[in-house]
Amino acid sequence: MSADGARGVCGPAALRAKGYDNMTYPMALIDLANPSRFLGLAERALPWLAGATALVFAVGLYLVWFVAPDDYQQGATVKIMFVHVPAAWLGMFAWALMSVAALGTLVWRHPLADVAARAAAPIGASFTFLCLVTGALWGRPMWGAYWVWDARLTSMLVLLLMYFGILALWHAFDDPARAGRLVAVLTLVGAINLPIIKFSVDWWNTLHQPASVFRLGGPTIAPSLLWPLIAMALAFTLLFATVQIAAMRNEILRRRVRSLRIRAAQAAQEA
Amino acid sequence: MRGACAALLARDLRLAVRVGGGALIGVLFFLAVVTVTPLALGPDLALLRRIAPAILWLAALLAGLLTLDRLLAADYEDGSLDLMLMARTPLELVLLVKAAAHWLATGLPLVVAAPLFGLLLDIEPAAAAAVTLTLAVGTPALTLIGLVGAGVAVPLRRGGLLLPILVLPLAIPVLVFGVSAANAAVVGPVPFGVPFAILCALTLASLAVGPLAAAAALRHGME
Repeated sequence: MSADGARGVCGPAALRAKGYDNMTYPMALIDLANPSRFLGLAERALPWLAGATALVFAVGLYLVWFVAPDDYQQGATVKIMFVHVPAAWLGMFAWALMSVAALGTLVWRHPLADVAARAAAPIGASFTFLCLVTGALWGRPMWGAYWVWDARLTSMLVLLLMYFGILALWHAFDDPARAGRLVAVLTLVGAINLPIIKFSVDWWNTLHQPASVFRLGGPTIAPSLLWPLIAMALAFTLLFATVQIAAMRNEILRRRVRSLRIRAAQAAQEA
Repeated sequence: MRGACAALLARDLRLAVRVGGGALIGVLFFLAVVTVTPLALGPDLALLRRIAPAILWLAALLAGLLTLDRLLAADYEDGSLDLMLMARTPLELVLLVKAAAHWLATGLPLVVAAPLFGLLLDIEPAAAAAVTLTLAVGTPALTLIGLVGAGVAVPLRRGGLLLPILVLPLAIPVLVFGVSAANAAVVGPVPFGVPFAILCALTLASLAVGPLAAAAALRHGME
Protein backbone atom coordinates (compact mmCIF):
# COMPACT_ATOMS: atom_id res chain seq x y z
CA MET A 1 0.00 0.00 0.00
CA SER A 2 2.78 2.42 0.83
CA ALA A 3 4.49 1.80 -2.48
CA ASP A 4 1.24 2.49 -4.25
CA GLY A 5 0.68 5.59 -2.20
CA ALA A 6 4.06 6.88 -3.19
CA ARG A 7 3.27 6.43 -6.87
CA GLY A 8 3.25 10.16 -7.46
CA VAL A 9 6.63 10.70 -5.84
CA CYS A 10 8.89 8.16 -7.52
CA GLY A 11 12.39 9.39 -8.24
CA PRO A 12 14.02 8.85 -11.61
CA ALA A 13 15.84 5.76 -10.34
CA ALA A 14 12.59 4.18 -9.24
CA LEU A 15 11.02 5.00 -12.59
CA ARG A 16 13.89 3.29 -14.40
CA ALA A 17 13.63 0.34 -12.06
CA LYS A 18 9.97 -0.04 -12.97
CA GLY A 19 10.88 -0.11 -16.65
CA TYR A 20 9.36 3.24 -17.48
CA ASP A 21 12.43 3.87 -19.65
CA ASN A 22 11.27 1.43 -22.29
CA MET A 23 7.95 3.14 -22.81
CA THR A 24 7.60 5.41 -25.80
CA TYR A 25 6.38 8.57 -24.11
CA PRO A 26 6.88 11.86 -25.88
CA MET A 27 9.92 13.54 -24.42
CA ALA A 28 8.11 16.44 -22.77
CA LEU A 29 5.62 14.16 -21.04
CA ILE A 30 8.24 11.90 -19.49
CA ASP A 31 10.17 14.98 -18.41
CA LEU A 32 7.15 16.30 -16.57
CA ALA A 33 6.40 12.85 -15.19
CA ASN A 34 9.39 13.29 -12.94
CA PRO A 35 7.98 15.21 -9.96
CA SER A 36 11.37 16.61 -8.91
CA ARG A 37 11.82 18.05 -12.36
CA PHE A 38 8.30 19.47 -12.26
CA LEU A 39 9.05 21.05 -8.88
CA GLY A 40 12.16 22.73 -10.27
CA LEU A 41 10.23 24.00 -13.27
CA ALA A 42 7.41 25.24 -11.04
CA GLU A 43 9.85 27.12 -8.80
CA ARG A 44 11.28 28.91 -11.82
CA ALA A 45 7.93 29.59 -13.52
CA LEU A 46 5.87 30.72 -10.52
CA PRO A 47 7.44 34.19 -9.97
CA TRP A 48 7.05 34.99 -13.68
CA LEU A 49 3.47 33.77 -13.73
CA ALA A 50 2.61 35.71 -10.58
CA GLY A 51 4.22 38.84 -12.01
CA ALA A 52 2.38 38.49 -15.30
CA THR A 53 -0.88 37.96 -13.39
CA ALA A 54 -0.36 41.15 -11.38
CA LEU A 55 0.56 43.12 -14.51
CA VAL A 56 -2.42 41.97 -16.59
CA PHE A 57 -4.74 42.51 -13.62
CA ALA A 58 -3.46 46.08 -13.32
CA VAL A 59 -4.10 46.71 -17.01
CA GLY A 60 -7.47 44.96 -16.90
CA LEU A 61 -8.68 46.81 -13.81
CA TYR A 62 -7.56 50.14 -15.29
CA LEU A 63 -9.56 49.38 -18.43
CA VAL A 64 -12.57 48.31 -16.37
CA TRP A 65 -12.62 51.39 -14.13
CA PHE A 66 -11.48 54.18 -16.41
CA VAL A 67 -12.11 53.10 -19.98
CA ALA A 68 -15.20 50.86 -20.03
CA PRO A 69 -18.38 52.99 -20.09
CA ASP A 70 -21.36 52.33 -17.86
CA ASP A 71 -24.22 50.57 -19.58
CA TYR A 72 -27.08 52.91 -20.45
CA GLN A 73 -29.56 50.57 -18.77
CA GLN A 74 -27.54 48.75 -16.13
CA GLY A 75 -25.38 51.64 -14.90
CA ALA A 76 -22.21 50.81 -12.99
CA THR A 77 -23.43 47.31 -12.11
CA VAL A 78 -22.28 46.18 -15.55
CA LYS A 79 -18.76 46.16 -14.09
CA ILE A 80 -19.67 43.00 -12.20
CA MET A 81 -19.58 41.31 -15.58
CA PHE A 82 -15.79 41.66 -15.71
CA VAL A 83 -15.47 39.32 -12.74
CA HIS A 84 -18.56 37.21 -13.40
CA VAL A 85 -17.83 36.12 -16.96
CA PRO A 86 -14.15 35.11 -16.48
CA ALA A 87 -15.11 33.24 -13.30
CA ALA A 88 -17.81 31.33 -15.15
CA TRP A 89 -15.41 30.54 -17.95
CA LEU A 90 -12.71 29.26 -15.61
CA GLY A 91 -15.24 27.28 -13.56
CA MET A 92 -16.01 25.31 -16.72
CA PHE A 93 -12.40 25.29 -17.94
CA ALA A 94 -11.24 23.65 -14.69
CA TRP A 95 -13.58 20.71 -15.30
CA ALA A 96 -12.24 20.39 -18.84
CA LEU A 97 -8.71 20.38 -17.43
CA MET A 98 -9.72 17.73 -14.88
CA SER A 99 -11.18 15.60 -17.69
CA VAL A 100 -7.94 15.75 -19.68
CA ALA A 101 -6.05 14.92 -16.49
CA ALA A 102 -8.48 12.03 -15.88
CA LEU A 103 -7.59 10.61 -19.29
CA GLY A 104 -3.94 11.06 -18.35
CA THR A 105 -4.54 9.10 -15.15
CA LEU A 106 -6.57 6.25 -16.63
CA VAL A 107 -5.04 5.85 -20.08
CA TRP A 108 -1.40 6.87 -19.75
CA ARG A 109 -1.00 6.44 -16.00
CA HIS A 110 0.85 9.75 -15.98
CA PRO A 111 2.10 10.27 -12.41
CA LEU A 112 1.33 13.98 -12.38
CA ALA A 113 -2.13 13.74 -13.95
CA ASP A 114 -4.01 13.01 -10.75
CA VAL A 115 -1.95 15.65 -8.96
CA ALA A 116 -3.19 18.13 -11.57
CA ALA A 117 -6.78 16.94 -11.19
CA ARG A 118 -6.55 17.10 -7.40
CA ALA A 119 -5.21 20.65 -7.56
CA ALA A 120 -7.75 21.84 -10.13
CA ALA A 121 -10.88 20.64 -8.29
CA PRO A 122 -10.95 23.18 -5.41
CA ILE A 123 -9.83 25.98 -7.73
CA GLY A 124 -12.60 25.20 -10.19
CA ALA A 125 -15.11 25.01 -7.34
CA SER A 126 -13.92 28.42 -6.09
CA PHE A 127 -14.33 30.06 -9.49
CA THR A 128 -17.78 28.48 -9.91
CA PHE A 129 -18.73 29.79 -6.49
CA LEU A 130 -17.38 33.24 -7.37
CA CYS A 131 -19.46 33.15 -10.54
CA LEU A 132 -22.61 32.32 -8.56
CA VAL A 133 -21.98 35.00 -5.92
CA THR A 134 -21.28 37.73 -8.47
CA GLY A 135 -24.28 36.52 -10.46
CA ALA A 136 -26.47 36.87 -7.38
CA LEU A 137 -25.10 40.35 -6.61
CA TRP A 138 -25.66 41.37 -10.21
CA GLY A 139 -29.12 39.85 -10.20
CA ARG A 140 -30.32 41.84 -7.20
CA PRO A 141 -30.40 45.25 -8.99
CA MET A 142 -31.21 43.72 -12.39
CA TRP A 143 -33.93 41.22 -11.59
CA GLY A 144 -34.92 42.43 -8.12
CA ALA A 145 -33.92 39.12 -6.53
CA TYR A 146 -30.64 37.54 -5.56
CA TRP A 147 -31.53 34.34 -7.26
CA VAL A 148 -33.71 33.58 -10.23
CA TRP A 149 -33.79 30.17 -11.85
CA ASP A 150 -32.08 31.39 -14.95
CA ALA A 151 -30.78 28.54 -17.11
CA ARG A 152 -27.14 29.61 -16.90
CA LEU A 153 -27.19 30.19 -13.14
CA THR A 154 -28.85 26.82 -12.63
CA SER A 155 -26.27 25.02 -14.76
CA MET A 156 -23.48 26.65 -12.77
CA LEU A 157 -25.18 25.61 -9.52
CA VAL A 158 -25.28 21.99 -10.73
CA LEU A 159 -21.61 22.30 -11.71
CA LEU A 160 -20.83 23.49 -8.19
CA LEU A 161 -22.69 20.48 -6.76
CA MET A 162 -20.62 18.18 -8.94
CA TYR A 163 -17.40 19.86 -7.79
CA PHE A 164 -18.47 19.30 -4.19
CA GLY A 165 -19.16 15.64 -4.95
CA ILE A 166 -15.68 15.25 -6.46
CA LEU A 167 -14.07 17.00 -3.49
CA ALA A 168 -16.00 14.83 -1.04
CA LEU A 169 -14.81 11.72 -2.91
CA TRP A 170 -11.18 12.91 -2.79
CA HIS A 171 -11.46 13.35 0.95
CA ALA A 172 -13.13 9.99 1.52
CA PHE A 173 -10.08 7.94 0.50
CA ASP A 174 -6.87 7.50 2.46
CA ASP A 175 -4.73 6.55 -0.51
CA PRO A 176 -4.35 9.44 -2.99
CA ALA A 177 -3.38 7.25 -5.97
CA ARG A 178 -6.45 5.04 -5.66
CA ALA A 179 -8.68 8.06 -5.04
CA GLY A 180 -7.19 9.65 -8.14
CA ARG A 181 -8.21 6.76 -10.40
CA LEU A 182 -11.76 6.57 -9.03
CA VAL A 183 -12.23 10.34 -9.18
CA ALA A 184 -10.96 10.19 -12.77
CA VAL A 185 -13.78 7.79 -13.73
CA LEU A 186 -16.37 10.06 -12.12
CA THR A 187 -14.83 13.17 -13.71
CA LEU A 188 -15.14 11.66 -17.17
CA VAL A 189 -18.74 10.56 -16.57
CA GLY A 190 -19.39 14.11 -15.38
CA ALA A 191 -17.76 15.52 -18.50
CA ILE A 192 -20.10 13.43 -20.67
CA ASN A 193 -23.05 14.49 -18.55
CA LEU A 194 -22.36 18.23 -18.24
CA PRO A 195 -23.47 19.16 -21.79
CA ILE A 196 -26.59 17.01 -21.32
CA ILE A 197 -27.33 18.79 -18.02
CA LYS A 198 -26.83 22.13 -19.74
CA PHE A 199 -29.21 21.10 -22.50
CA SER A 200 -31.85 19.78 -20.09
CA VAL A 201 -31.69 22.91 -17.91
CA ASP A 202 -32.09 25.12 -20.99
CA TRP A 203 -35.09 23.02 -22.02
CA TRP A 204 -36.58 23.17 -18.52
CA ASN A 205 -36.03 26.91 -18.33
CA THR A 206 -37.70 27.72 -21.63
CA LEU A 207 -40.67 25.60 -20.59
CA HIS A 208 -41.18 27.52 -17.38
CA GLN A 209 -40.38 31.08 -18.31
CA PRO A 210 -40.10 33.02 -21.56
CA ALA A 211 -36.65 33.11 -23.10
CA SER A 212 -34.45 36.19 -23.32
CA VAL A 213 -35.03 37.25 -19.73
CA PHE A 214 -31.39 38.03 -19.55
CA ARG A 215 -28.89 38.60 -22.27
CA LEU A 216 -25.39 39.84 -21.85
CA GLY A 217 -25.85 43.55 -22.66
CA GLY A 218 -27.95 42.72 -25.72
CA PRO A 219 -27.25 40.35 -28.58
CA THR A 220 -23.78 41.72 -29.29
CA ILE A 221 -21.31 43.23 -26.91
CA ALA A 222 -19.87 46.66 -27.64
CA PRO A 223 -16.12 46.84 -28.40
CA SER A 224 -15.66 49.32 -25.56
CA LEU A 225 -16.76 46.55 -23.17
CA LEU A 226 -15.14 43.71 -25.10
CA TRP A 227 -11.49 44.77 -24.69
CA PRO A 228 -11.64 45.18 -20.91
CA LEU A 229 -13.43 41.82 -20.77
CA ILE A 230 -10.68 40.13 -22.78
CA ALA A 231 -8.04 41.69 -20.54
CA MET A 232 -9.81 40.52 -17.40
CA ALA A 233 -10.32 37.03 -18.85
CA LEU A 234 -6.60 36.83 -19.57
CA ALA A 235 -5.79 38.10 -16.07
CA PHE A 236 -8.07 35.51 -14.45
CA THR A 237 -6.62 32.75 -16.64
CA LEU A 238 -3.10 33.70 -15.56
CA LEU A 239 -4.29 33.71 -11.95
CA PHE A 240 -5.71 30.24 -12.50
CA ALA A 241 -2.42 29.00 -13.98
CA THR A 242 -0.43 30.45 -11.07
CA VAL A 243 -2.66 28.98 -8.41
CA GLN A 244 -2.88 25.65 -10.26
CA ILE A 245 0.89 25.22 -10.46
CA ALA A 246 1.36 26.31 -6.85
CA ALA A 247 -1.34 23.86 -5.75
CA MET A 248 0.26 21.04 -7.75
CA ARG A 249 3.60 21.78 -6.05
CA ASN A 250 1.88 21.68 -2.66
CA GLU A 251 0.13 18.42 -3.51
CA ILE A 252 3.42 16.75 -4.55
CA LEU A 253 5.07 17.90 -1.32
CA ARG A 254 2.03 16.76 0.69
CA ARG A 255 2.30 13.28 -0.85
CA ARG A 256 6.02 13.16 -0.11
CA VAL A 257 5.33 14.02 3.50
CA ARG A 258 2.64 11.36 3.56
CA SER A 259 4.90 8.60 2.22
CA LEU A 260 7.70 9.66 4.55
CA ARG A 261 5.30 9.37 7.47
CA ILE A 262 4.14 5.92 6.34
CA ARG A 263 7.75 4.82 5.98
CA ALA A 264 8.58 6.18 9.44
CA ALA A 265 5.56 4.41 10.93
CA GLN A 266 6.57 1.14 9.28
CA ALA A 267 10.14 1.49 10.52
CA ALA A 268 8.86 2.15 14.04
CA GLN A 269 6.64 -0.91 13.80
CA GLU A 270 9.49 -3.16 12.72
CA ALA A 271 11.83 -1.84 15.40
CA MET B 1 -21.75 -17.17 -20.50
CA ARG B 2 -25.50 -17.02 -20.91
CA GLY B 3 -25.86 -19.57 -18.13
CA ALA B 4 -23.67 -17.53 -15.81
CA CYS B 5 -25.71 -14.41 -16.45
CA ALA B 6 -29.00 -16.20 -15.90
CA ALA B 7 -27.68 -17.69 -12.66
CA LEU B 8 -26.51 -14.27 -11.48
CA LEU B 9 -29.86 -12.69 -12.32
CA ALA B 10 -31.74 -15.42 -10.43
CA ARG B 11 -29.38 -15.15 -7.46
CA ASP B 12 -29.67 -11.37 -7.21
CA LEU B 13 -33.45 -11.45 -7.52
CA ARG B 14 -33.73 -14.15 -4.86
CA LEU B 15 -31.46 -12.18 -2.52
CA ALA B 16 -33.42 -8.98 -3.14
CA VAL B 17 -36.72 -10.68 -2.34
CA ARG B 18 -35.55 -12.65 0.68
CA VAL B 19 -33.10 -10.36 2.48
CA GLY B 20 -34.88 -8.08 4.91
CA GLY B 21 -37.70 -7.04 2.59
CA GLY B 22 -35.11 -5.23 0.46
CA ALA B 23 -37.37 -4.91 -2.56
CA LEU B 24 -40.21 -3.32 -0.65
CA ILE B 25 -38.16 -0.76 1.28
CA GLY B 26 -38.01 1.44 -1.80
CA VAL B 27 -41.78 1.32 -2.29
CA LEU B 28 -42.37 2.10 1.40
CA PHE B 29 -40.06 5.09 1.15
CA PHE B 30 -41.88 6.16 -2.03
CA LEU B 31 -45.17 6.03 -0.12
CA ALA B 32 -43.66 7.94 2.81
CA VAL B 33 -42.47 10.79 0.57
CA VAL B 34 -45.85 10.95 -1.21
CA THR B 35 -47.52 11.10 2.22
CA VAL B 36 -45.26 13.79 3.61
CA THR B 37 -45.50 16.15 0.63
CA PRO B 38 -49.18 17.16 1.11
CA LEU B 39 -48.45 17.64 4.80
CA ALA B 40 -45.83 20.21 3.82
CA LEU B 41 -47.82 21.82 0.99
CA GLY B 42 -51.32 21.71 2.47
CA PRO B 43 -54.32 19.57 1.50
CA ASP B 44 -55.32 21.70 -1.52
CA LEU B 45 -56.34 19.01 -4.03
CA ALA B 46 -56.25 21.35 -7.03
CA LEU B 47 -52.62 22.20 -6.32
CA LEU B 48 -51.71 18.58 -5.61
CA ARG B 49 -53.38 17.41 -8.81
CA ARG B 50 -51.40 19.95 -10.80
CA ILE B 51 -48.02 18.95 -9.35
CA ALA B 52 -48.74 15.23 -8.88
CA PRO B 53 -46.43 14.11 -11.74
CA ALA B 54 -43.58 16.15 -10.27
CA ILE B 55 -44.14 14.76 -6.76
CA LEU B 56 -44.28 11.17 -8.01
CA TRP B 57 -41.11 11.59 -10.06
CA LEU B 58 -39.26 13.24 -7.20
CA ALA B 59 -40.36 10.55 -4.74
CA ALA B 60 -39.32 7.80 -7.18
CA LEU B 61 -35.92 9.46 -7.67
CA LEU B 62 -35.34 9.64 -3.91
CA ALA B 63 -36.52 6.06 -3.40
CA GLY B 64 -34.17 4.94 -6.16
CA LEU B 65 -31.26 6.69 -4.43
CA LEU B 66 -32.14 5.09 -1.12
CA THR B 67 -31.79 1.54 -2.41
CA LEU B 68 -28.73 2.25 -4.56
CA ASP B 69 -26.36 1.43 -1.73
CA ARG B 70 -27.41 -2.24 -1.88
CA LEU B 71 -26.54 -2.56 -5.56
CA LEU B 72 -22.91 -3.56 -4.94
CA ALA B 73 -22.21 -3.07 -1.21
CA ALA B 74 -23.45 -6.47 -0.02
CA ASP B 75 -21.41 -8.31 -2.65
CA TYR B 76 -18.39 -6.21 -1.73
CA GLU B 77 -18.72 -7.04 1.94
CA ASP B 78 -18.98 -10.82 1.55
CA GLY B 79 -16.34 -11.01 -1.20
CA SER B 80 -18.60 -12.09 -4.08
CA LEU B 81 -17.57 -9.00 -5.97
CA ASP B 82 -13.94 -10.13 -5.95
CA LEU B 83 -15.01 -13.41 -7.53
CA MET B 84 -16.98 -11.53 -10.18
CA LEU B 85 -13.92 -9.40 -10.93
CA MET B 86 -11.82 -12.51 -11.49
CA ALA B 87 -14.45 -14.45 -13.40
CA ARG B 88 -14.29 -15.09 -17.14
CA THR B 89 -17.60 -13.35 -17.77
CA PRO B 90 -16.81 -9.73 -18.71
CA LEU B 91 -17.27 -7.42 -15.73
CA GLU B 92 -19.35 -5.00 -17.83
CA LEU B 93 -21.84 -7.77 -18.57
CA VAL B 94 -21.91 -8.87 -14.92
CA LEU B 95 -22.68 -5.31 -13.84
CA LEU B 96 -25.36 -4.96 -16.50
CA VAL B 97 -27.04 -8.12 -15.20
CA LYS B 98 -26.76 -6.89 -11.63
CA ALA B 99 -28.29 -3.55 -12.64
CA ALA B 100 -31.13 -5.37 -14.41
CA ALA B 101 -31.81 -7.48 -11.30
CA HIS B 102 -31.68 -4.38 -9.12
CA TRP B 103 -34.14 -2.58 -11.38
CA LEU B 104 -36.51 -5.56 -11.43
CA ALA B 105 -36.38 -5.74 -7.64
CA THR B 106 -36.55 -2.02 -6.76
CA GLY B 107 -37.37 0.02 -9.88
CA LEU B 108 -40.24 -1.99 -11.29
CA PRO B 109 -42.21 -1.93 -7.99
CA LEU B 110 -41.95 1.87 -8.04
CA VAL B 111 -43.38 1.95 -11.56
CA VAL B 112 -46.24 -0.31 -10.55
CA ALA B 113 -46.94 1.65 -7.37
CA ALA B 114 -46.86 5.09 -9.04
CA PRO B 115 -50.44 5.18 -10.41
CA LEU B 116 -51.72 3.75 -7.13
CA PHE B 117 -50.00 6.41 -5.02
CA GLY B 118 -51.10 8.97 -7.59
CA LEU B 119 -54.65 8.43 -6.34
CA LEU B 120 -53.57 9.99 -3.04
CA LEU B 121 -52.73 13.13 -5.00
CA ASP B 122 -55.99 13.04 -6.99
CA ILE B 123 -54.03 12.57 -10.21
CA GLU B 124 -55.87 12.62 -13.54
CA PRO B 125 -56.01 9.27 -15.37
CA ALA B 126 -54.06 10.58 -18.36
CA ALA B 127 -51.37 11.97 -16.09
CA ALA B 128 -51.21 8.70 -14.15
CA ALA B 129 -50.66 6.79 -17.38
CA ALA B 130 -48.01 9.27 -18.50
CA VAL B 131 -46.16 9.11 -15.17
CA THR B 132 -46.19 5.32 -15.21
CA LEU B 133 -44.90 5.21 -18.76
CA THR B 134 -42.15 7.79 -18.17
CA LEU B 135 -41.10 6.08 -14.93
CA ALA B 136 -40.95 2.73 -16.73
CA VAL B 137 -38.58 4.26 -19.27
CA GLY B 138 -36.72 6.57 -16.88
CA THR B 139 -36.03 4.44 -13.80
CA PRO B 140 -33.63 2.09 -15.67
CA ALA B 141 -31.57 5.20 -16.48
CA LEU B 142 -31.53 6.11 -12.79
CA THR B 143 -30.33 2.60 -11.89
CA LEU B 144 -27.62 2.66 -14.56
CA ILE B 145 -26.38 6.13 -13.55
CA GLY B 146 -26.47 4.98 -9.95
CA LEU B 147 -24.41 1.93 -10.94
CA VAL B 148 -21.49 4.26 -11.76
CA GLY B 149 -21.80 5.99 -8.39
CA ALA B 150 -22.03 2.63 -6.62
CA GLY B 151 -18.94 1.40 -8.44
CA VAL B 152 -16.99 4.47 -7.40
CA ALA B 153 -18.17 4.52 -3.78
CA VAL B 154 -18.14 0.78 -3.01
CA PRO B 155 -14.63 0.57 -1.49
CA LEU B 156 -15.54 3.30 0.99
CA ARG B 157 -16.62 2.34 4.47
CA ARG B 158 -19.38 4.93 4.44
CA GLY B 159 -19.86 5.15 0.71
CA GLY B 160 -23.61 4.93 1.15
CA LEU B 161 -23.65 8.45 2.55
CA LEU B 162 -21.64 9.86 -0.33
CA LEU B 163 -23.55 8.04 -3.05
CA PRO B 164 -26.64 10.32 -3.34
CA ILE B 165 -24.44 13.42 -3.57
CA LEU B 166 -22.45 11.90 -6.41
CA VAL B 167 -25.45 10.54 -8.30
CA LEU B 168 -28.10 13.24 -7.91
CA PRO B 169 -26.48 15.89 -10.17
CA LEU B 170 -25.97 13.26 -12.87
CA ALA B 171 -29.64 12.27 -12.66
CA ILE B 172 -30.95 15.81 -13.28
CA PRO B 173 -31.54 15.38 -17.04
CA VAL B 174 -33.62 12.23 -16.42
CA LEU B 175 -35.74 14.08 -13.86
CA VAL B 176 -36.21 17.12 -16.11
CA PHE B 177 -37.33 15.15 -19.16
CA GLY B 178 -39.32 12.61 -17.15
CA VAL B 179 -41.40 15.30 -15.46
CA SER B 180 -41.79 17.42 -18.59
CA ALA B 181 -42.93 14.39 -20.60
CA ALA B 182 -45.46 13.48 -17.90
CA ASN B 183 -46.69 17.08 -17.78
CA ALA B 184 -46.72 17.41 -21.54
CA ALA B 185 -49.22 14.55 -21.78
CA VAL B 186 -51.73 16.57 -19.73
CA VAL B 187 -51.12 20.29 -20.02
CA GLY B 188 -48.56 20.70 -22.80
CA PRO B 189 -47.19 23.03 -24.11
CA VAL B 190 -44.93 20.68 -26.09
CA PRO B 191 -46.19 17.39 -27.54
CA PHE B 192 -45.58 14.33 -25.35
CA GLY B 193 -43.34 12.70 -27.93
CA VAL B 194 -40.51 15.23 -27.83
CA PRO B 195 -39.42 15.02 -24.17
CA PHE B 196 -40.34 11.32 -24.11
CA ALA B 197 -38.01 10.59 -27.03
CA ILE B 198 -35.21 12.48 -25.26
CA LEU B 199 -35.92 10.48 -22.09
CA CYS B 200 -35.58 7.24 -24.09
CA ALA B 201 -32.32 8.56 -25.54
CA LEU B 202 -31.02 9.29 -22.04
CA THR B 203 -31.84 5.75 -20.95
CA LEU B 204 -30.07 4.27 -23.97
CA ALA B 205 -27.04 6.51 -23.43
CA SER B 206 -26.78 5.50 -19.78
CA LEU B 207 -27.14 1.87 -20.90
CA ALA B 208 -24.06 2.36 -23.07
CA VAL B 209 -21.97 4.37 -20.60
CA GLY B 210 -23.07 3.08 -17.19
CA PRO B 211 -21.72 -0.52 -17.14
CA LEU B 212 -18.46 0.53 -18.84
CA ALA B 213 -17.77 3.35 -16.39
CA ALA B 214 -18.79 1.25 -13.37
CA ALA B 215 -16.53 -1.61 -14.48
CA ALA B 216 -13.62 0.82 -14.93
CA ALA B 217 -14.26 2.21 -11.45
CA LEU B 218 -14.34 -1.28 -9.91
CA ARG B 219 -11.13 -2.36 -11.66
CA HIS B 220 -9.33 0.73 -10.43
CA GLY B 221 -10.87 0.85 -7.00
CA MET B 222 -10.74 -2.76 -5.79
CA GLU B 223 -7.32 -3.85 -4.64
